[in-house]
Amino acid sequence: MNDARFLPYLLLLPATVFLIAFFLVPFTQVAVEAFTTAEGFSLGNFQTIGRDWKFVPAIRNTLLLTALIVPIQLALSLFMATLVTRIGRGRDIVLYVFTIPLGISDLAAGLIWLALLDQSGFLNTVLFNLGLIDGPQNLLSYQNVPALFAAIVIAEVWRATAIMLVILVAGMSLIPREYYEAAEVFGAGGWKRFTRITLPLLRSSLQTALILRTILAFEVFAVVIVLAGTNLPILMGETFAWQFGLQDREGAAAYAMIILAISVAFTLVFLIGLRDKAEART
Amino acid sequence: MKRTRTRPAAIAALVLAMGASAALSSAEAQELLFWSNQAQPVEEAQKVRDQVLPGFGKPVNYLPQEPGPYMTRIQAEAQAGSGSIAVIGGLHGDFASFADSLVDLSDITGNLGDVQVNPAFMELGKLGTAEQKYIPWMQAGYVMVANKQALEHLPEGADINALTYDQLTAWGEAMTAASGSPKIGFPAGPKGLMHRFFQGFLYPSYTKSVVTKFRSAEAEEMWNDFKALWEQVNPASTSYGFMQEPLLTGEVWVAWDHVARLQDALNKQPDDFVVFPVPAGPAGRGFMPVLAGIGIPKTSPNLEEAKALVAYMMKPETQVATLTATAFFPVVDAELPGDLPKGIQMTGPVLQAETEAADAVPSLLPIGLGGAGGKFNKVFSDAFQQIVLSGRDVRQVLDQEAENMKAVIAETQAPCWAPDAPSDGPCPVE
Repeated sequence: MNDARFLPYLLLLPATVFLIAFFLVPFTQVAVEAFTTAEGFSLGNFQTIGRDWKFVPAIRNTLLLTALIVPIQLALSLFMATLVTRIGRGRDIVLYVFTIPLGISDLAAGLIWLALLDQSGFLNTVLFNLGLIDGPQNLLSYQNVPALFAAIVIAEVWRATAIMLVILVAGMSLIPREYYEAAEVFGAGGWKRFTRITLPLLRSSLQTALILRTILAFEVFAVVIVLAGTNLPILMGETFAWQFGLQDREGAAAYAMIILAISVAFTLVFLIGLRDKAEART
Repeated sequence: MKRTRTRPAAIAALVLAMGASAALSSAEAQELLFWSNQAQPVEEAQKVRDQVLPGFGKPVNYLPQEPGPYMTRIQAEAQAGSGSIAVIGGLHGDFASFADSLVDLSDITGNLGDVQVNPAFMELGKLGTAEQKYIPWMQAGYVMVANKQALEHLPEGADINALTYDQLTAWGEAMTAASGSPKIGFPAGPKGLMHRFFQGFLYPSYTKSVVTKFRSAEAEEMWNDFKALWEQVNPASTSYGFMQEPLLTGEVWVAWDHVARLQDALNKQPDDFVVFPVPAGPAGRGFMPVLAGIGIPKTSPNLEEAKALVAYMMKPETQVATLTATAFFPVVDAELPGDLPKGIQMTGPVLQAETEAADAVPSLLPIGLGGAGGKFNKVFSDAFQQIVLSGRDVRQVLDQEAENMKAVIAETQAPCWAPDAPSDGPCPVE
């Protein structure tokens, strides 16, 4: 009897210890560090990073990138998920192909796109051989910030849409066929079925996918560093620069806290905005 | 469904990998760990392992690291009071950040026999203390390289061995006109050494100072001149790390960089390039030597063997092998063989010429900044990014960055170093 009662806790123990040791403890240390200066508790570290001229651009660029990337990924993953669920034979293969970029690290993904878009990259070679340009064009230059943004958005959409796709495909496969059949009987078209059946019943999957993707978008790092270098300050890049370049752990901790605060704020927005009102939780 | 099935396999693989790495690290325990941030490129690191270290006779694990992890582990081991790093290789400025956790190596000179180490470098190795914090290991510098195609566009009356910054700009204009795109290149990318260009070359050439005259009228003129030069610079420069690559592809015809970061181009196509000294400004020909050293952390697991390794690295034969492997020159009196790689043969005399130039303004690496070296570098790269890349007002940016400079100096209390005149107390920013 006793065994059965304690077994779940026993099974949870390793994961709990792991989380405490490698997540909670370092997290608390970082949080304490962010709010501590030589004089004790203070917001001095936030003032220090706030005075840096890169602080405002970093926040602006990160928010802008998120605002560009997440909606594109949402639309694209909904489209791809619908496509995948429609396919009968070969569905698994299509799904696997779609999710290949998930297996690639973000640094490698950045390098792939750098090899494509670079001054001596594939895109330039193809355009040159087709006679469309006279010589190598530098697409990723500090003089052309919109192009930098576009390159990062494309790379990120390519790399990370699949994570949303996987969640949405799982969610869609849980929607009972009968609803669609009933809708067809009443003459609902494809678009109507999508907006009236799929989207509402997909709400909790959408919530998960959006929260996950938005948090990851605020942590975008390697792709930006590879494609834009220091030409486009972002929050994670600045955190890295303060920790390792400037050897200022407190400044880096303050940046980490800002990323955390933004992530928490957006998670709350999605939790409240996409709350399940009608459906009871199981 | 599919996701859950892969998970146990992934965990099994992870456990296996962890077991394997644990087994590996116990095997490594016998070796001396040489922790370094020099000779990072894979080929260079392998050359150090194959050509430099075997002569020591005992196994040495040479592990070059990125700056972040490099510093983190040194600090972590010092904080923990125990560690596995036997010797640390780094630049002069790096050692200042962890000077307190280094063993005094004053007695090592006894181990060196009749090896003559450059006395000025030995003095730098004390980091301003009474103890020998590190032993000079190897030296390098920065030079200019030009593609031979560029030489025909050299402005009338300009001597490539005594160039000025104005002539470099004129040369750039001629090259842009001839080739259709800007052909001068600088390593201004995330991994490049652009900040050293401002600290050791441009500022000394215009102001004979790095700190004191940071926001002087001369500095303002300097930034305006450099903005004009930048018009002739390939805009891809903000992504360049090592100039040997754009030189080889022909994206860039004239470049400034660290000698070790040019070797690949010079060795592969020695007949296509010329190496020449850095340009001069109104105040002279500013240049900065690079000094790397070896130190032993107090937590070194085997002090005697670590000291023996340091002594081995100082032997003239080892120093020559190091030169071949890394393109860093000896710091001891050593006979150089005739069959050195082309790149080294081409850069050596130019480094010598920079030191001996009549108008030379030697600048030291920042001294006494400790862990604030990164913030000091940031002052220069931020000024560059704001003035040159974002086109902001020179005076305004200099005034604002001068405050950051003051904060760094106030934090570290560092006195002036060359080319600034010596100061009583912290170095003033006028």
